[in-house]
Amino acid sequence: MTLWLILAGNSIAFGGLLFLLSAGFSLIFGLMRIPNLTHGSLFMLGAYFGVSLISRGLGFWPAAILAGLGVAAFGALVERLLLRRLPGAELAQVLVTLGLSFMIADVCLLGWGGDPISIATPPELRGASRIAGLAFPTYRLGVIVIAVVFAAALWGLLEKTRLGAMIRAGVDDPAIARVVGIRVSRLFTIVFSLGAGLAGFAGVIGGPILSVYPGLDQDMLPLALVVVILGGSGSLVGSFIGSLIVGFLYNFGQAMFPELAYVVLFLPMLVILVVRPQGLFGRVAP
Amino acid sequence: MKRLALALSLVALATLPLWVGNSYYVNIGSQILLYAIFALGLNVLVGYAGLVSLGHAGLFGIAAYAGALAINHGANHFVAIIAALAATIAAAAVFAVLALRGTGLGFVMITVAIGQIVWGVAYRWISITNGDNGVAITTRPRPFGLSLTDAPNFYWATLIVFLLAVTVIAIFSASPFGASLRGTRDQPRRMTALGYHIWLIRFLAFLFSGLWTGVAGMLFLYYNQFISPQAVALGASAEVLLMVISGGTGTLLGPIVGAALVVIMKNVASAYIERWNFVLGAIFVAIVIFMPEGIVPGLARLARWCLAKLRPQVTEVSGAAAPRPESGL
Amino acid sequence: MTRRLTRRTLLRGAAGSALAASLPLPAIAKANPIKIGLLTIKTGPLASAGIQMEQGTVLFLKDRDHTLAGRKAELVVGDTGGNPAGAKTKAQELIERDKVDLILGPLAAFELLAISDYVARQKVPLLGLAAAEDMTQRRPNPYFVRASATSAQPMHPLADYAAKDLKYKTAITVSDDFAFGYEQMGGFQRVFEDAGGRVKSKLWPPLVTPDYTPYLAQIADADAVVAGFAGANPLKFMQQYRAAGLTLPLLGGEGMADDSLLRTFGDESVGLISASPYSAEFDSPANRKFVEGMVRDTGNTPGIAAACLYINGMVVDAALNQTDGNTDDREAFIRALRAVSLTDSPRGAFHFDHFGNVVGNIFIRRCERKGDKLVNTIVKTYPDVSQFWTYDEKWFLSQPVYSRDYPAMRS
Repeated sequence: MTLWLILAGNSIAFGGLLFLLSAGFSLIFGLMRIPNLTHGSLFMLGAYFGVSLISRGLGFWPAAILAGLGVAAFGALVERLLLRRLPGAELAQVLVTLGLSFMIADVCLLGWGGDPISIATPPELRGASRIAGLAFPTYRLGVIVIAVVFAAALWGLLEKTRLGAMIRAGVDDPAIARVVGIRVSRLFTIVFSLGAGLAGFAGVIGGPILSVYPGLDQDMLPLALVVVILGGSGSLVGSFIGSLIVGFLYNFGQAMFPELAYVVLFLPMLVILVVRPQGLFGRVAP
Repeated sequence: MKRLALALSLVALATLPLWVGNSYYVNIGSQILLYAIFALGLNVLVGYAGLVSLGHAGLFGIAAYAGALAINHGANHFVAIIAALAATIAAAAVFAVLALRGTGLGFVMITVAIGQIVWGVAYRWISITNGDNGVAITTRPRPFGLSLTDAPNFYWATLIVFLLAVTVIAIFSASPFGASLRGTRDQPRRMTALGYHIWLIRFLAFLFSGLWTGVAGMLFLYYNQFISPQAVALGASAEVLLMVISGGTGTLLGPIVGAALVVIMKNVASAYIERWNFVLGAIFVAIVIFMPEGIVPGLARLARWCLAKLRPQVTEVSGAAAPRPESGL
Repeated sequence: MTRRLTRRTLLRGAAGSALAASLPLPAIAKANPIKIGLLTIKTGPLASAGIQMEQGTVLFLKDRDHTLAGRKAELVVGDTGGNPAGAKTKAQELIERDKVDLILGPLAAFELLAISDYVARQKVPLLGLAAAEDMTQRRPNPYFVRASATSAQPMHPLADYAAKDLKYKTAITVSDDFAFGYEQMGGFQRVFEDAGGRVKSKLWPPLVTPDYTPYLAQIADADAVVAGFAGANPLKFMQQYRAAGLTLPLLGGEGMADDSLLRTFGDESVGLISASPYSAEFDSPANRKFVEGMVRDTGNTPGIAAACLYINGMVVDAALNQTDGNTDDREAFIRALRAVSLTDSPRGAFHFDHFGNVVGNIFIRRCERKGDKLVNTIVKTYPDVSQFWTYDEKWFLSQPVYSRDYPAMRS
């Protein structure tokens, strides 16, 4: 019984981290139709930025926010200088985002060395909390709170602001959005930068759980893909629920079916794609 | 002009072991050819059918594992090759039935999922695949009693298979079936209206692509005399897709050039450039900036532009409408 | 990184080349430099240990003034990228193009298995770091020499220590789901159970496991947890282990708290008991010199990868002195390599068995905080540990190699 409760609680916490990772991926894909294969690299880059900022004496939270901003600025540059030249050219987008991920991985190896680096849990969230008699890592409770706060903020941004209305219009029909006078080009820069920033921020938030190491990028990218496939792209609710589903699948699947540990995410993903190619919550068939 | 270039490159390819000298470079040549066959096979889907597969390393691996297991269970090489290709085509049929449920990104994601599942099986089904330690074979085939143990002989055998692949794929692409396949890529609605069975055309193209992927997988097995899950991983699928895209999709020469680029960067340039991974990434980015359609179409465009500058009187004829990329060898 | 554009540096002292230039012709065999190939991993996720391997080799050659048995020594480095096909191509490059006299490396078992047959056919001595058991047991390669350890070689004494010194009765193992993990945990289980202990369950998280909670949640009711992770996973595992509030004592293999990684670790590794063929804390003249050199040149404490490559260098040097610098007679050279017996090396005294595998010290270490640094303090040294531990060699080899399901669990 205890095992299942721990797994359930952790499914939510891991889902929260996945939401921070994949919300940006989903937005970028939904609005810009770009399969952003640098997303794992942006997550890792953020984590390394965080390591450097923390080692210079900055606190965990300011470091996470600054790292997120740094990666957001990098994302804006990538969009302005590269992706903007390639509207609709999916293959060229695959080539350029994979090429960039090679470059980022090698720069990180050069800059931070190959050793895995730990990011210390912020002191206020160390140790375990007791909830209903169960010990649960306090930091993971914090991750749940952060994910919920960000989900609410993103929801507010998309549903309640003019910018959000423009993004939604762009997701639904880019051609119409352009016709009604939305500056799609500036919108793209903002959305890509926002998505990149979220990934970078998530990298630091994930640090106390995952640590930072070369290869973190390749470990995280497939997870973002699975979330977006299960939840559907371009839908905030979709990536939130997709993240939770992946969290539960991952935790219970690994514990209950250790023999299937390697296919515990991809088998459900395959089934859903075959049965419902637009994902569980997707609005547009990809 | 074109025929002369073709004849010259054939002579150069056939005599390569005689003029590169060191057997190491002959082996690099064999690797380029076998990856070129892999990339040509994938290009049938990516270039001609417009279907992007990110799970082809799964098919590649199924061929190599099937071949290795057959050989290690006492089958002779002929039987092993037939068994491996049959297994690959059967697997390609399953892949196709599942993946053709989706188009565009849906198709990509289904192939990713299948590829990852094949990888998981290769990694975890230890009693059959020996897990991450992989399966080794001790011999290479001896067609007509000719040993393929040394580098030049293996190269020539690979070259023959490569030329066969190029010829068959060229005939395929020029055939009515090839034309209808391109039709399903560019005008699916019109093709349906004309009475074509789009699903069936794509399904058959998938099998055709799978066949050459299987051939490349067997060559990989014979070249390395070893197969392990790393050859099946997502990264391997991405690598061959990068070869196709960087060289130029939908052309015959593009995947070959892409394969040469990646193999040379990984194996030869890495001996001189410590940060070869960065440089390879930078080359991909540069290709996208300067010739977004790939190296081969990009250079062809450049050549036409230069010709037009040199001979302004024929500008209207040669420089106006770029020919469809498929027509270029 | 001091060299940016080319890794193919000709390593020779200025004095050495001046001397060579003044040697009278015709050139004798000794005037040819000896070419040492190094197969390592400098890009991708396994680069951390791979870069260390190169640092250890470079330091060794520097300490010997790039001269071994009177011959200049040249190093040629091949970056395999961490995959078997890359290892094969790089082995071909070193052997067929660069004509090296011997190869140091590779790091990973799957790389070693991919090149073993080829290298043996080419009769090139291979001084590996990879721990795959059968390379010196059931499928021996006559040209292979291993001065580090097999996967289980440190785990046998660790189990002995756990059962006899720590008096543990039960243990749960958790390890990376690949051959290195199976062989480590199999070795622990056999010795632990023969000493009266019992392994209650064995958990195998996949190599890529972002969150270990599904496995950590199954850990309870045992005297100790034995962990066998490699690469970046030990840090991730220990962080999550401590965060989950688990307090069972943690034991581990050589990969769990490598000395070179402790500077980036936090307090999560304090208290870990690990077994390794090397410890930076080991007090011997050769190790003091080696650690000083590494700290001076790289700014970091060396771990097992750098140490074992440095030791491989010492083995090559000793063998060359026996053959009078001659490497052309490959059979004689490999015999000389396997006959090497050193009394003072960074890991202490050692020699090789007839399979070319090392017999030497295994250190049991406890990770402790000293000032602002973490160190692995040696708590016990097992001398002259063979890959067969105290078992009869014939009996040991008649058993299957350690695997996921062997030894079987006792119900």
